Amino acid sequence: MLSRRAVVADVMKDAGDALVVAGLGTPCWDLYEAGDRPGNFYMWNAMGLTAPVGLGLALAQPQRRILIVTGDGDMMMGIGSLAVIAAQAPANLGILVLDNELFGETGGQAGLTGARADIAAVARGMGLEKSVTVRTQAETADLAMLLLKESGPALAVAKVGANKDPARYPTRDGVALAWRFRQAACA
Amino acid sequence: MGQAAGSDWPAEVYRRMQELDISILAIVPDAGLTRLLELCKADAAMTVVTLSTEEEGVGLCFGAWAGGKRALLCMQSSGTGNCINALGLPAFTKTPCLMLVTMRGQAGEANPAQVAMGSAVAKVFRAMGVEVAEAQASQEVGVLFGEAAEKAYDQGRAAALLVSQQVIGVKTFE
Repeated sequence: MLSRRAVVADVMKDAGDALVVAGLGTPCWDLYEAGDRPGNFYMWNAMGLTAPVGLGLALAQPQRRILIVTGDGDMMMGIGSLAVIAAQAPANLGILVLDNELFGETGGQAGLTGARADIAAVARGMGLEKSVTVRTQAETADLAMLLLKESGPALAVAKVGANKDPARYPTRDGVALAWRFRQAACA
Repeated sequence: MGQAAGSDWPAEVYRRMQELDISILAIVPDAGLTRLLELCKADAAMTVVTLSTEEEGVGLCFGAWAGGKRALLCMQSSGTGNCINALGLPAFTKTPCLMLVTMRGQAGEANPAQVAMGSAVAKVFRAMGVEVAEAQASQEVGVLFGEAAEKAYDQGRAAALLVSQQVIGVKTFE
């Protein structure tokens, strides 16, 4: 099993000035731990909406790279948005799904990707041809290239361990987070 | 074969969208939104995003705002219920979310199943902090849309204009 923290930290090494939106819960703590930066936005609410937020950004800032870092629960809740993204086909959008097959923030209850659902297969069915699942360290070598450099949209599901890493939290001031992010996006 | 002044409310909304520099239309279609959708589709400068469910539009409006662009979310009244939790995002960040809603479940509604959500729209929106106005006549739509846009963009909040069923016309089942 991959370490979610290591996967996020590795991808973020190549993020440059990419704008990064983290889905609520553990993906936010993973992104924060990889290094807080003005071009990070942390979703504190609105589960299921991380992908549409990333799409809005990708359409508004076609010259910038946009990266979504989210969990399997948030992605499943907004699964239809993959079809919306495929239809718009923003070349500057990458989606990283950290799939631990659990609802981690609510106590580790079993999720749907541990049952039968395969998010990368769904994504391909929605029209996102560049969709992969990675399970081993060796397979993560090309993640940053796929998500941050190649012409998108692209989606990668990283199958990560169920362990709970110690968490530090970004500010819970939504106005400050949003304006800092907008300034980074519009700079 | 001209229309009475002010009766072509979708054209008036489209004109104001251009004035307001709204360049993204996020939509789950409704019969009452067809003309506005067609006007936007015919405009190469407008990005039309067909959604799979309405709450995606709330996220998209936030992402567009963060990227320095303006988006409008259009939907039928039944879709407003799908947006309730999503509206926590503009509330938490004090950012614009402009919505145009064509109503069902009002006077003349032939489908009783539409009444529960239709009659709850303004209440649930207000409960989520959305500024709500309702146009009862087509001539009012343009001005009220402009006022809703001001509230959204100048005050950084969610604002909705509901276009009543007497403006849209009722759907028949025959």
